[in-house]
Order: sequence, then C-alpha cells, then structure tokens
Amino acid sequence: MDFSFNEIQAMLDDSIEKFIANDYDFETRQKYAASERGYSPEVWQTFAELGWTSVPFSEEDGGFGGGPADLMVLMLRFGKGLVVEPYLANIVLAGGVLRRAASAGQKEKWLHPIIAGELQAALAYAEPHSRYNLADTRTTATADGDGWLLSGSKGVVFNGGNAELLIVPARTAGEQSDEDGITLFAVAADSDGLRVRSYPTVDGQQAAEISLDNVPVDGAAVIGEPGKGFAALDAAIDDATLAVCAEAVGIMQIMTDKTVEYSKDRMQFGVPIGSFQALQHRMVEMFTDCEQSYSLLLWATMLAAQKDADAKRAISSIKYQVGAVGRKVGQEAVQIHGGMGVSWEVDIAHYFKRLTTIDQIFGNADWHLDRLAS
Amino acid sequence: MDVTLSDEDLAFREEIHAVFRDEFPDDIRRKRDKGVPMERGDLVRFQQWLHERGWAGANWPVEYGGTGWTPVQKYIFATEMAEANAPPIVPFGLSMVGPVIYTFGSEEQKKRFLPDILASKVWWCQGYSEPGAGSDLASLKTRAELAGDHYVLNGTKTWTTLGQHADWIFLLARTSTDVARRQEGISFLLVDMTTPGVTVNPIITIEGDREVNEVVFEDVKVPLENLVGEEGKGWTYGKVLLQHERANIAAVAISRFRLRRLRDQTTKPVRGAAPLSEDRNFMRKLAAVEVDLRALEYTELRTLAAVQSGKAPGPESSILKVKGTEVQQAIDTLYLEAAGYYALPYVQEQYTLDADPAEWVGEGAETQTSLKYFNFRKASIYGGSNEIQKNIIAKHVLGL
Repeated sequence: MDFSFNEIQAMLDDSIEKFIANDYDFETRQKYAASERGYSPEVWQTFAELGWTSVPFSEEDGGFGGGPADLMVLMLRFGKGLVVEPYLANIVLAGGVLRRAASAGQKEKWLHPIIAGELQAALAYAEPHSRYNLADTRTTATADGDGWLLSGSKGVVFNGGNAELLIVPARTAGEQSDEDGITLFAVAADSDGLRVRSYPTVDGQQAAEISLDNVPVDGAAVIGEPGKGFAALDAAIDDATLAVCAEAVGIMQIMTDKTVEYSKDRMQFGVPIGSFQALQHRMVEMFTDCEQSYSLLLWATMLAAQKDADAKRAISSIKYQVGAVGRKVGQEAVQIHGGMGVSWEVDIAHYFKRLTTIDQIFGNADWHLDRLAS
Repeated sequence: MDVTLSDEDLAFREEIHAVFRDEFPDDIRRKRDKGVPMERGDLVRFQQWLHERGWAGANWPVEYGGTGWTPVQKYIFATEMAEANAPPIVPFGLSMVGPVIYTFGSEEQKKRFLPDILASKVWWCQGYSEPGAGSDLASLKTRAELAGDHYVLNGTKTWTTLGQHADWIFLLARTSTDVARRQEGISFLLVDMTTPGVTVNPIITIEGDREVNEVVFEDVKVPLENLVGEEGKGWTYGKVLLQHERANIAAVAISRFRLRRLRDQTTKPVRGAAPLSEDRNFMRKLAAVEVDLRALEYTELRTLAAVQSGKAPGPESSILKVKGTEVQQAIDTLYLEAAGYYALPYVQEQYTLDADPAEWVGEGAETQTSLKYFNFRKASIYGGSNEIQKNIIAKHVLGL
C-alpha cells in the first residue's frame, strides 16, 4: 500500500514545479494567453525538449512510456500553474487517438512531430448540437473514388485555430447516435472547403468552430478501421477526462492554499479575516473537499492504470466530484477573496474560470452522476 | 502508487474471513440480520469470542496481550468484521481506557485492569461530558478532593453511553482550581461503579431507547491508587483517548457494507411494486453518497499507508471524523427515504428472534430506518462535535 510518487514521478513533479516557479508566473501566463496563438510556442518547445510531450506515449511510439499516474502528476502541476499551452488538445486528445488507432506510417507522419513539438493538432470530437453524447455525429464522410468527402460542423474544438492537423470523426454508416459507423479522418487544416473560426475561451485558452463543406481527403487519411473509430475516440476522451480532473484537483488545492494565506493577511475590523470562525469553517470545508478529491483521483488513476473493469465508473466518480465540489471550492475562494476574487488582475479569478470550464467539458457533474446512477 | 495487498495480507484476510464465516456465533448473526437489538450479554459474548481468538486487542501492543497487527491488518480486520455484520465493539474498555492505562498507567494498574478489559470481564463506561460541559470539555465541574489516601468525588457526568451495564467508569475530574490554564488541574480517575454514592439515572434518547445515562457522584471515595498517571495531567491523557475515538468513528468499513446492502436492495421489487432502482432521484442521491464514501475510503487508506511506512499521518487524517459521520448520516437518510411510509411504524417489540411473521410490519428491518436516522444524529455531536473538529483543523492544519 503506497500512495507516494515513484522516483520518476517525483522528478517530473519537481521539474514542472521549478519550471512554473522560475519561468511561468501569473503575469507571464497572462501574456501568453493574450498573445495571438493563445500560448507560447517557445514554452511548447521547452515542453518537448524536457520530454513532457512524450509522457503518455509508449517507447515504441517514441514516447516516455508513462501511464495515467504520470499524466496525473503532470496535470496536477499544470493546474496549479494555470498552464495555457495546448497539452490536452495535442497530447492527450489528438495524440490519444493516434497512439491507439493510427498505423505505423501514420504515427511517423503525425504522432512523432506532435511529440517533437513540431506539429499542432486538435481532435474535433464535439459537434454544435451533440452536447456530451460522444457518438452523436452528424458530420458525414461519403466515398469519392479512392478518397472521401467530409461535410458537417464541429464545435468548440480545443486548439482548433492553431492546429495544422485536425482529427475529425465522421459518420460513414449507421444512425446519428450509433457508436458503430464512425470513422476517424486526418484532415489538413488548409484543406479546400474547410473553414475555421477561431476564438479565445473564457479560461484563457483557444478553440474554434469548424465547418466542412465537401472537404476532400484521400484514403490514407483514414485512421484505424473505417466505421470503428468510436473505441479509440472514447478511450482518448476517458484519458482526457481523467487528465482534466487532475488539473482541477491541482487548481482546487492551490485556490484553497491561496485563500487560507490571504485570510491570514487581509485585515478587517483590526484583525485578520482568517480569525473569523464563519470563514474558518468554510476554509476547512474547502480543505476537506480537496483531500477527498485527491483521494478519489488516486483511486480513479490507479483503476485506469490497471485497465480495471470499473475504470469508467471511477472516472465518472472523480469527474462528478471535481464538478460538484470544485464549483463550491471555486466559489468560496472567490467569496473569501472579496473584491479581489473578481478582479482580472488577480490569479484567483482565472483559476476560478478554468475550474468552471472543466466542469463544462467531457460531461458535467450532473451527466456523470447520471451515469453512476444507472 | 499501488494499493494491492501483499500475499501475507491476502492470506491474513482469508483467515479472518473464514473464521467469521464458519465460527461466528449463529444466534448473534441471526439477530444482527433480523435487526434484533443487541443485549449486554450478546455484546459481551461477541467480545469474548474475539478474545478467545486473540483478536480483542486489535489495536493493542503485543506486550499487553494485543494482536500487534500492522495498520493494514487492522484495516482488513475492521473490513471483515463489518462484512460479517458483526456487532460493533463496545469501545470504552478496549479502545479507550485500555490504551490510556497501558500508555500512562502504573504497573499495578496494568496488571489489575488490562487482562479483564481484554477478556471483556469488566464493562467500562466513560465520564467525560457534564451537564455544563459538552464540547467545551475543559469547563468540567466534577471535583475530586484529596483526603488522605483517597479522593472525595462530587459532580455529575452525562451522556454516559450504556452506563447502566457498567462495572467501572473512567472519568475526568478537577483536582485543582489554582491553575493558569483551564486544561490543567484535571485528573484521570478510575471509579468502581458499586462504590457508595454513585447513582446512574437513565436518559432516554430520541428513538426511545435507554442508550445513555446521567451518573451522579455524591461524596464518592476513590482510592489514590485509581489515579492514572500524574495528578493534574488528565487532560493530556484524555486527549490521546479522544484521538483514538475520532479515528474509530469514521467507520468506513461499516458504511461501505451498509451502502452496498442498500444498493442491492434497490434492485428488488418491494411489496410487488417497481424496484427503487427506477427512481432516478433516489439513485442519483445514492450514487453521490457512494462517491463520497469512496473518497473517504481512500483518504483513510492514505492515512494508513503513511502510518504503515512509519510516517505520521498527514493532514488528511484530520477530516476522518467529520467526513465519516457525514457519510454515516447520509446513508441513514437514504435508508429512511427508501422505506417511505414504512419508516413510520414504531414497532420495536417485533424485533425478536422468534417473532411471528404474520404480525411483522414492514419488510426486513425497514421500520428501524427512522430510529437509526434519529439516533445517529448523535454522530456529528459526540466525540467532539463536528464544529469543534473544524476548529481543530482550522487551528492545527490550516494554521488559522
């Protein structure tokens, strides 16, 4: 029985902590978020050089051979650092599909440059209407000679505006919400008929609306077996869900720490506001929620690592937890910071926004609780 | 990161499991399954059954007759005990005064009291709270005045659980008022309940049972040899005991057993109607409590892993009492809601082993759900109320 990080995880944890402390303070992060691409290409290159972009990939694929626990360590830190670089979009989502479903040739062409930090990619898994139903796919691909023509719309595609490579699930058979009949396509962002409307998101990141109007792709663009793309897609979303849960727990922990510290410094009525019992008990509850969430995260991560039959339930449990409890922790942190908590200049406001958007993606607390209840 | 059990621990679990399965007293098992309340004799017999197997001192060191189990083994034992639906161990002797005596008591006290505690030959009760001292325990007024070779004890203790069965009481009494801090001048005494001047008055709790008592002391002579440790240091000893009490009242293993049994129940039709699993609102609430309990289970395991590897438990251990009792009460609420109308009948007398099925009201122990719900509001009040726990965490963990 052991819940500590192993040597490699401890090194990873330590190196990200140092990087954030030395090179990624809040002002720097804000500058990157406000830049045209919404992140720093130099920082992204540093991630690649330090090997962070290779964490979830097997050694065979040119990766570090890490598992869910290693990714958890990394995402906890990225949460605390409020990192805006598109790790989730490139590495966990696009990379997650490619490592599972792509051929050796496709991996060489796309996955290796992603790991090297040379190619920006995105997974266009959601459609404007589909909400949290991953199988609900109206985008179609129709055979056209040796290739295919893709038509439809994809919504809120993370990193969609920066991506040179888009992975697009499209229906090649079956009904709108069938899991069968979904095929994964690799589509170049500069393809004819493809329109990308890029925008910032409220949490300091970027996404895009993407429309496809008879976009031609060749036969080599199909990733995996035609009509059988759902499994890889679903698995990559599970990875990503667990990853954002770790990010959320990191955010909850740092928001709680910062709130406790703030309450010791902030004087009102001649005393620190942390001396008020009404606030003390609320901060104890924030602390309790963080500890409970971290415990649950460890459990879910271990089940995912063991590919346990209950892993999906465990992921739903922690996603429900960080959605429900994370909202409470975030709101309390803002409340106890008073006016500072709602100021753009103060990091608490931005942690709160990211924590809030994490609940909105990959199924919110209600959606995952429903899955657990059935 | 790894929670798999070692081969030794797996073998240990198998051994404990087999004994509970094959040797556990059958009448006690049937009573538990039917919801028949445990009597004094049942509880004593169960603990003596544990003692015969060398398991009574699960948390005690080997030199005092304990098991010497590792933290993981203790965890496994608690789990197997809950899974067997065994009665809870009455904590006052084995979990409370026993550890205080072997930690702070004299050699004579150890020889005199520990074997009988281990063998459940003597029933102990606890004299902490007073009518004017609940969560603010240091304001206690019970006085023990030195008179030659004994103290003269005067005062009233309250909320003394199962004190009507007790042979002995351990208590905190003020031996000095000339102190800088209220926590000083308090002593830890052991008192024979048959001593003249001790009166036990029943207090009927919300569900209608006699669970607690008021214990009055009028000029009770307590021999000096019944003082534990040093005079005036009782607060320190008492705190050690409370820490013990708080970890135990998280009751994760029992909560897990009860919640799983409730989930199993939801799939069965009740009185020919649709099973509860078709009630979306109920199932969502059930799922939410399951998540909370799972988190608590892993919080407890994190504490355990730290202790197992020789470290002090981390700050996460401080939340076990609050969260543990919140989860217990949430489960009681679910059971209550599941019973619907059949939470109403107040038919305690039907819970006997030879009850007439034709006269039985409700299904199974359905009509006990409300009583359990009412009774267990105590969980967030006793052992230092949950608000007191939050004060402690704010001060000692968050540094506020």
